[in-house]
Amino acid sequence: MTLARKSKMITFGLLLSIALLSGCSTLPKTGPDTVPAQRQQADLVPDGTILDVEVYDPMEGFNRGAYRFNHYFDKFLYLPIVKGYQFIMPDYIEDRVSSFVDNVYEFNNFTNSLFQLKFKKTGITLSRFVVNTTIGIAGLWDPATHWGLHRQSEDFGQTLGHYGVGHGPFIVLPIFGPSNLRDTTGLAVDTVAFSVAGPPAWVDDDTTTMVFTGVAAIDKRKRTPFRYYGSGSPFEYEQIRLLYTKKRELDIAD
Amino acid sequence: MRPWLTSIVLLLLLGLPAATIAVDKPYFYPYVNPLEATVMELPSYYHADIPEKAPTKTFKVYPFPEREIPKVFWYEDGLVCSLTYQKKEAPLIFIVAGTGARHNSPKMVNMQKALYQAGYHVISITSPTHMNFIVNASSTMTPGNLREDAKDLYNVMQLAMAEVKDDIKVSGYHLTGYSLGGIQSAFVSMLDEEKKIFDFERVLLINPPVNLYTSVNILDGMLDNIPGGINNFDAWFDNVMKKLAEAEEKMGYLELNGDYIYKAYKRFPPREDFLAALVGVSFRTDSSSMIFASDVMKGGGFITPKNVEMSNSTDLTPYYIVANRTSFEDYFKGDFVPFFKKRDPSLTEEKMIKMLSLKSIEPYLKSANKIGLMGNEDDIILAPGEIGYLEQVFGNRAKIFPTGGHCGNMNHQDAVDFMVNFFAGQEG
Repeated sequence: MTLARKSKMITFGLLLSIALLSGCSTLPKTGPDTVPAQRQQADLVPDGTILDVEVYDPMEGFNRGAYRFNHYFDKFLYLPIVKGYQFIMPDYIEDRVSSFVDNVYEFNNFTNSLFQLKFKKTGITLSRFVVNTTIGIAGLWDPATHWGLHRQSEDFGQTLGHYGVGHGPFIVLPIFGPSNLRDTTGLAVDTVAFSVAGPPAWVDDDTTTMVFTGVAAIDKRKRTPFRYYGSGSPFEYEQIRLLYTKKRELDIAD
Repeated sequence: MRPWLTSIVLLLLLGLPAATIAVDKPYFYPYVNPLEATVMELPSYYHADIPEKAPTKTFKVYPFPEREIPKVFWYEDGLVCSLTYQKKEAPLIFIVAGTGARHNSPKMVNMQKALYQAGYHVISITSPTHMNFIVNASSTMTPGNLREDAKDLYNVMQLAMAEVKDDIKVSGYHLTGYSLGGIQSAFVSMLDEEKKIFDFERVLLINPPVNLYTSVNILDGMLDNIPGGINNFDAWFDNVMKKLAEAEEKMGYLELNGDYIYKAYKRFPPREDFLAALVGVSFRTDSSSMIFASDVMKGGGFITPKNVEMSNSTDLTPYYIVANRTSFEDYFKGDFVPFFKKRDPSLTEEKMIKMLSLKSIEPYLKSANKIGLMGNEDDIILAPGEIGYLEQVFGNRAKIFPTGGHCGNMNHQDAVDFMVNFFAGQEG
């Protein structure tokens, strides 16, 4: 069962990360000879201002550990698998896989568009699914986009946001990456809904579902150009935290 | 106008220069506004005809193997360089990246491909202003001092050559760089006249500043286009996001890629002040990383406390906030000049500003026939009169395009042709 596997994977990742975290104070270690900096926040930002970059992050010690864990997970496991996949598969087949995976996950776009009573998006998503499943031959091609029916990404995190739920604390999920309490909840709900009522339930074959989940995970990482510590900025964590939060606001607003 | 109609008109417009090709095609650049030229991606129609891939591998050099890297930079391990290689013997070109850019930034990769196609080996070097260089390869850990940067770069080039010498056959050396990398190349070339390790045959400065201090202040000043200044950044950024959301609603979808932004740009032309602010924000993002890395490497005191130990979990948000509110001028006066004054007490700010200029090596530039220049008349980092100065110093060794902004046209066919011909010794 996908869900059981996924939650097992999450638990495993969480435990590993916690194990990796030792002494995770987020303040620098000071000594008797510490001298304050020439330029300080208090002198440069008006009192009482909370800047957007100061995203609510009470689990920061854990998050930074998970961020590092993901870097190593990528480096030693995830990316080598992706690389192997890319080596074996011709690009053309890879593109068919991507289309197929996207088409299967239209289920979540559909349910969440519907939950938000966005009927136009619901209609577009349904049309896409029908067109791509039939003319696009089981979703291996994506003719719908060429006809101007663009993919409408909606997930349960967006649905919660649509109904006014705030983002809550920032969370870096092991393996999955940047998130927050709202979107983590969303991810869990989407995963359950997908397994219980979506394509895996229609197919009702554990092996098929397992293979699909694995391939989808590889395909997703392949299509995500982001690399941990790849930006060349010492402030990458802070920047990702801000951009993630802002990007999700944008996703929710539309 | 209907979208399809827009597309047709656009196609016609973009198709026009192709249709009017005579024997000698005049230089045409689609963005007349220099800020647009600088910020916007060049539409693919104008791209130079370069291969999709060039055989390239990365490697690391360790100029200071004994140096203890602070824990906060735990992920830093060696300066990463790249080698684009020919199978047969060929001349090698070193390219130095612009401010904050790495050996594999998009502009660098385009140059690698173009020069590979023209038959050269290429070694690409990250800018001395980049964290990776400051932490691993900078002797002073205080970037911006062109003479010191040149020494560091020269050292890196030698280590890089030692690293690849068994893999390639080299018949001679050239040097180039764009923006800050351009002015640095001039200083590296001068150092090479004395050391003669590479004995560069040709050196091309692409869109260099005349005076680093002046140009950086121009870029920094662009942040004033954020209404209310940097402390109002959040409101400005929210507005940018709102505009993106509006574009998404009107266009029916959102993608964060060059094509989408180009389409959105065509339908909702951005205002001048917005583009300027964007250039300012982009520059400040790079300079804030540089200032932080430099300060931490020197033990702190400028924007981080002195004598503290930061770990791999230290919250850097307060320093990020301060770094984003620290201009080059602040760095220059509060960290840069005091640091070099300790070595040379006679140094003043005025003296240093003069040293950060091509004018300080003018006699060399005038006499060195190997050095050429590729610039744009409308380069936004140049002060009034500076393009004239470059023309005067380099004479017929200067190629000045009428448009292109700051480095906007580096991937343009005409610019690539000039670059390739220059190294082949057939410019003109």
